[in-house]
Amino acid sequence: MAIAGAINRRSAASRLVEAYGQEFVVLGAIIALFMIVGAVNPRFLNDNNLVNIFSGNAYIAVAAIGMSLVIISGHIDVSVGSLIGVLATIAGTLAVQGYPIWVAWTVPVLVGIVINALVGALIAYFRIPSIVVTLGMLSILKGGLISVTGGTWITNMPPEFFIAQARLFGIPAPVYFMVVLTILMALWMRYASLGRAIYAVGGNPEAARAAGLYPERTCVLAFAMHGFFAGIAALLFATQLQVIQSTVPPNLELTVITAAVIGGVSILGGTGTVIGSTLAAILFACISSALVFLNVSAYWLRAVLGLLILATVLADMARRRRHRAAGRL
Amino acid sequence: MTSLVELRGISKSFASVRVLQDISFDVRAGEVHALLGENGAGKSTLIKIMAGVHRADEGEIRVNGELVHFASPRASAASGIAVVHQELLLFPDLSVAENIFMGHAPRTGWGALDWPQMRERARDLLDRLQSHHIDVDAHVGSLSVANRQRVEIARALSQDARVLIMDEPTASLVEEDVQQLLSIVRLLRDKGVGIVYVSHKLPEVFALADRVTVLRDGALVGTAPIGELDERRLVSMMVGRPIDQLFPKQATKIGAPLLELRSLSFNSVVRDISLTLHAGEILGIAGLIGSGRTELALTVFGITPATSGQILIDNQAMRIDSPQQARDLGIAYVPEDRGLQGLVRPQSIAENISLTVLKSLATGGLIDHRKEETLARESIAKFGVRARGPRQIVQQLSGGNQQKVVLAKWLATEPRILIMDEPTRGIDVGAKSEIHALMSALAARGLGILMISSELPEVLGMSDRVLVMKNGTLVGEFDRAQATAEAVGAAMTLANAAANSSGEAA
Repeated sequence: MAIAGAINRRSAASRLVEAYGQEFVVLGAIIALFMIVGAVNPRFLNDNNLVNIFSGNAYIAVAAIGMSLVIISGHIDVSVGSLIGVLATIAGTLAVQGYPIWVAWTVPVLVGIVINALVGALIAYFRIPSIVVTLGMLSILKGGLISVTGGTWITNMPPEFFIAQARLFGIPAPVYFMVVLTILMALWMRYASLGRAIYAVGGNPEAARAAGLYPERTCVLAFAMHGFFAGIAALLFATQLQVIQSTVPPNLELTVITAAVIGGVSILGGTGTVIGSTLAAILFACISSALVFLNVSAYWLRAVLGLLILATVLADMARRRRHRAAGRL
Repeated sequence: MTSLVELRGISKSFASVRVLQDISFDVRAGEVHALLGENGAGKSTLIKIMAGVHRADEGEIRVNGELVHFASPRASAASGIAVVHQELLLFPDLSVAENIFMGHAPRTGWGALDWPQMRERARDLLDRLQSHHIDVDAHVGSLSVANRQRVEIARALSQDARVLIMDEPTASLVEEDVQQLLSIVRLLRDKGVGIVYVSHKLPEVFALADRVTVLRDGALVGTAPIGELDERRLVSMMVGRPIDQLFPKQATKIGAPLLELRSLSFNSVVRDISLTLHAGEILGIAGLIGSGRTELALTVFGITPATSGQILIDNQAMRIDSPQQARDLGIAYVPEDRGLQGLVRPQSIAENISLTVLKSLATGGLIDHRKEETLARESIAKFGVRARGPRQIVQQLSGGNQQKVVLAKWLATEPRILIMDEPTRGIDVGAKSEIHALMSALAARGLGILMISSELPEVLGMSDRVLVMKNGTLVGEFDRAQATAEAVGAAMTLANAAANSSGEAA
């Protein structure tokens, strides 16, 4: 009982760190990065640069929200980069062909939801591992996109199409998307029964089923929502420049998965938050920009991200081991 | 008699919490020394120190009188100490011979594995354990738990172990395999091996041990020859207080029928089961593993819906095709395996308890966190869960406390019919009697409890009536007065031959 007493004396702050440890680590890393790079090269902290960092990478953060849902539910999606490429092309094509702008904006989102709901249904009802289904989707979408478009660029979209270039109070629209969607989803995951079901199914599908939840429906839901976020991400990606390259952004799926994992989403499912994944996406963007300001070749970015993954996983393991040692007694 | 291994004044702390304090313990050649204590008493840590997994902060270890320092499990093994782990650390895709000699396989002159010698020596080791039926070329994954355990023991012997540490070796064995294991242990003892035997099952300890050491809260309670102890004394040493009755089912008024099964079947695993469960009654279902007990529970609970027959609740025929329907009809199921079906381990106590009642805690699809927390606090108090709060992650709790959370979770649905599958497997004596007391109180409140258990004393002590299952059918029914160990045991052993030959202990 002396042991329980010692544990009870732990402060509220340490419990907060325990519950949101990874999020704090990533936030701390962002702040440290700002201080160090800002000291070396003050132009890094310039308004314009910061706005560019946040707005240019908001679509990755938005996609990472959906990816977090999928990973928390106990699955994975390696096709999201291809999906974003396809949806962006659909948006651009509709806009160029003169459909109303709201059509060009909503159709890709709806297509994203439908495609991923189907993917989710294949995984849930036919019991095919998600890595297999989404690897298949990756090839289908990537190959299909190149074949249909021939790799040409889409240009001459009507000016009102470019939602990502709109600004409110001087801040670009993608930043609002990123912040609002992250907060909404964080609240939803915490307070909605369905959000809780995603955690439970990812943590232990059999226990969830015995408790009266529906693991299959929950899987389809997680993927459909992931499709929605991929659609929004595609829209931000398609409208931030004057042209849409009708190819898949290279390695996008890896960046998105990495953001979720570094943000504290356990690759085994059942734990993590979307606040973490968004912070991690911001961290990547900052690192990538910092490399430029520190005169380091941008090719180092991937290597740095790789180191980051290993470092976070190690930190995570160490934290878990500490808790386990404390909890087992 | 000299000690093979002797520990003196061992202390150990983790993260500034002391788990062992000034423990002395020794094992002599040719004895079985039982190590007892509740979960969390420090047995595992002590074993791990002997096995070289952990290093003691203070104290000394002597092997054959010589001071040693184990830097690694390998060093401990080199001194002749081997561990048969509870969770059997074997490689399922490798052969029996490969598993036995993993890490110290015989080599040929030019360094390659010497397969003929490896197989021959493996054969020899298994024969010494009277395990002539185990094929040295079989994949370990295809063996039953009992046979895997023998492979692990053979592995220990292959390293010339003179001290064998067995951590709850019978926890997952059926009765007949237990008897065979005990005779293997006696065989080894007679050959001069010193055996450290950890178990929660007191009858085994009395059948086997020469001396007993009891730990409690990391401290040594005492070491004594088994002849100086009786069961009552041993239990009070373990829990630190006398436990008057291990199985305290109070006499309750048996009420109206709640649940009635009429010729219920699920494929060929559950066949033609008819029974009636009344309010206030605990109906025990005895039988060997593989006799269809768990499958019956799964069928009543709608996880594997019945293929024929009828389920009546309050005398009305109902269809139960899913756990959701079962729950809505007032049935709750505390499963056999806490990890697999009971708990979402990475989630908190509060989140686990609310899982079955999310709908009633939510308005407009949003969970009311205050209600959830209140429910969790009430449950923690009511069930005596030892935790630091409702937001503690369940995988940090001990087995007994996890089981209380599973119970709390299901009782949150306010069921009228409670199915409990192995309600106290793998939890220590103190927590066990707490769970029995809870079951008794629930029955007194008018719940009907269907209790499946492999532990005969539990079945006999807790049940108002006992049913015995064999090969998916009911083969016996006993009133509380008629239900003696001999009668129920005899009904169960009729099933022995069938359960054994199919080797489904896993």
